[in-house]
Amino acid sequence: MPASTYASPMEKGWYYLHRLICTAVLLFLIAPILVIIPLSFNSVPFFSYPMPGLSLRWYQEFFLGNQWQVALYNSIFVAVSVTLLSTTLGTLAALGLSRPNFPWRAALLSLLISPIMVPVVITAVAMYFFYADVGLLNTYLGLILAHTTIATPFVVITVTATLTGFDHSLTRAAAGLGAPPVTVFFNVTLPLILPGMISGALFAFGSSFDEVVLALFIASVDQRTLPRTMFSGIREEINPTITAAATILILFSIAMLTTVELLRRRSERLRGIRNS
Amino acid sequence: MVTMAVQIARGPDGMPLRTKLARVERRRKLRAFTLVLPLLLFILIGFVLPIGRMMFNAVHDDTLLTLMPRTTAALSAWDGADLPDESAYAALAEDLKQAWAQRATGAIAKRINYELPGLGSQVTSSARKASTLSAGPYKPALIEINPLWGRQDVWSLLKRGSSAYTAYYLLRSVDYQYGPNSEIVASPPENAIFWDMFLRTLGISIGVTAATLLLGFPVAYLLATLPAKYSNLLMIMVVLPFWTSLLVRTVAWVVLLQQHGVLNEMLLGLHIISQPAQLIFNRIGTVIAMTHIQLPFTLLPIYSVMKTISRTHVRAARSLGAGPFYAFWKVYFPQTLPGIAAGSLLTFILCLGYYITPAMVGGPNDQMVGSFIAHYTNEELNWGMASALGAILLTATLVLYYVFNKLVGVDRIKMG
Repeated sequence: MPASTYASPMEKGWYYLHRLICTAVLLFLIAPILVIIPLSFNSVPFFSYPMPGLSLRWYQEFFLGNQWQVALYNSIFVAVSVTLLSTTLGTLAALGLSRPNFPWRAALLSLLISPIMVPVVITAVAMYFFYADVGLLNTYLGLILAHTTIATPFVVITVTATLTGFDHSLTRAAAGLGAPPVTVFFNVTLPLILPGMISGALFAFGSSFDEVVLALFIASVDQRTLPRTMFSGIREEINPTITAAATILILFSIAMLTTVELLRRRSERLRGIRNS
Repeated sequence: MVTMAVQIARGPDGMPLRTKLARVERRRKLRAFTLVLPLLLFILIGFVLPIGRMMFNAVHDDTLLTLMPRTTAALSAWDGADLPDESAYAALAEDLKQAWAQRATGAIAKRINYELPGLGSQVTSSARKASTLSAGPYKPALIEINPLWGRQDVWSLLKRGSSAYTAYYLLRSVDYQYGPNSEIVASPPENAIFWDMFLRTLGISIGVTAATLLLGFPVAYLLATLPAKYSNLLMIMVVLPFWTSLLVRTVAWVVLLQQHGVLNEMLLGLHIISQPAQLIFNRIGTVIAMTHIQLPFTLLPIYSVMKTISRTHVRAARSLGAGPFYAFWKVYFPQTLPGIAAGSLLTFILCLGYYITPAMVGGPNDQMVGSFIAHYTNEELNWGMASALGAILLTATLVLYYVFNKLVGVDRIKMG
C-alpha cells in the first residue's frame, strides 16, 4: 500500500517515517533471536561476526555432555508430567465454568488464573517456605506441582476461549438421543474442544519447559532443568554451548507456534467462525 | 380449565414442575462445581495457602516468645522507662540457660541481630557464660557478663517480643524501624535502602512501559492497517519473540551487547566508536532486555483494539475538513485508548515483579524488589524481610490486577 498520490509532502514524510520506525522496531524484536542461530555453528568460542569457520562442536557438547543431557532429560520429564496434570485439571475446570449461570464465575476465574498474574518470585518464595514444611523441597514431585500451578491457568484460558460460543444444545441433543454423559463427552464435547485443549497443553508444556525461578528456588542441582542450567551458565563464564541450546529452543518455539496457529484455524473452522 | 393447568404443572409423580426444575438446575450446578473443584482445591492448597502464610510471616514472628518465654512474660508489666528489675533478669538468665542447653541461642541471636546489627555474636557468647551462673542477684551478674544486657534498646526489643506479631519487617521495608524506646524512627542511612529500591522498581517499570508503548503503537497501527497478507507475515515477527524462551532472549542480549559481543564488534569495525561501550550489566541492558520481552504484551492488546476501529471514521473526519493529524488525534487515537490502557497496565504489572532479567543483564544498582526478595530468602535467610517485601509487592500487583479486571475483564485475556 504505497503512500496516496493525493497526500501532501508532509504526509508522505510521515508515511515513510512511520514505515522506517516500524522496520526498526520489528528488527529490534526479531534480530536478537536470529543473530544467535548462526553463532551456534561458530567453530571458535567467540561471539562476533564474521565467523572463522563452521562446526557442530557446540551441538555435540549439548547432546553428549553429561551436564546438559541430565538437564534436558529433567526438563522433558517435568514438562510432560506438568502437561498431563494441568491439562486434566484445567480442562475439567473450564468445562465446569462454561456451564451457563455458574455462580461467581468471574471471581472464580480470576482466582484460578491468578498464578500467572502474581510475580513468580513471590510464588517461588511462598512455595519454598511451604514445601520446606511439607517435605517437598528438592523433589521432582514438588517441582512438578509448582510448575502445574503456573501452567494450568493457560489451559483454563485456552479451553474457556474454545468453549465460548459452544452450542450446549449439541450435548442436550446427544443426551436426548439416549447417550450417557460419558459418551456425550467423548463423542460430542471432546472433538470440539480438542484444539483448545492441545493449545493449552502446548502452552503448559512451554511454560514449564521455560520456567527458571521456581526451578531455582524449590529444586536442587539434582532436578536441574534446561533453563536453570542456562541461567547458571550465563552468570558464570558464558559458554557457547548455550547458543546451541538456545537454537534448539528457538526451533522448538517455532514448531509450537505453528502447531497452535494451525489448531486455532481448525477450531474456528469447526465452530463455523469466519475470520474477516 | 383450572384443573387442567394444575395437572400440567405437576409431573406424573405428583411433584410440581417448578420444584423439579429447580432440583435439576441445582444438580446441574453441583455437577459443574464438581468439575471445577479439583483445580480449585489444588490452587487453594498449593498456591493461596502458601502465599497467605508468607503474608502472615510478614507480621508474625514468635521467635522470642517461644524461645524466651519467662523473660517475655516478666516484661509484660515493665513500663519501659528504666532498666527492668531483678525478676526480669532472673527470668532472662533462666531462659538463656535453657536456650543454651537446647542449642536455641542461635535463633535468638539471629532475631536480635536483625534489629540491632552486630549484637548476635554477643548474645551467643553471653548465653554460654550465663549458663554457668547458679545464683542471683542476676542483674549485676548479667550486665557484668556483657554490657548489652544493660541497654535500653535490647530490653525494649525483648518486650516487643512478648507479642507474636511485629510490624518491624514492614517498617523496615519502608525505611523505618524501632528506636531505643520502641518508638518508630527513620532507619539510619546505611539501612535505608528500600525506599530507593521501590522507587527504582517503579522507575524501571514506568520506563519500560513507556518504551514499549512508544515502540509498540506505530507497529500496532501498521499491522492493523496493512492488508492481511502482509500483516500476517509481520505478525510472525511480533509473535515469535513472544513465544521464544525468556532465557534464550536474555542469552541473545548478553551475546549481542557484551564487551566483545556482536554489537560492540560491529560498531568498532565501522569506526563509530573507538573502544567497546558498556551496554550490558547496567541500566541500559536491563531496560533494553525488559522492553524486548514486554513489547508484545503491550502491542497485542493495542492491535486487537485497532482491528475493531472502522476506517470510515477517519475518512468522515477528513471529508468534513479535518487535517490528517487532527483527524488521527481527535477521531482515531481516542478509540485506541482501551487497548493502550490494557497493554500498558499488563506490562506495568508484569514489570514490577521482574527478577530473572535484572539478575542476568543488570548490575548491582539495577536490582528490583524481586531480587531483594530472592536475596533475603536464599542468602540472608531473613524470611521475615522476604515476606514483608513480598507482601508489599503482592499487594501492589493485586490492586493493579483488580483494576485491570475492572477495565479489561479477565475473560478478554487471550493467548497468542
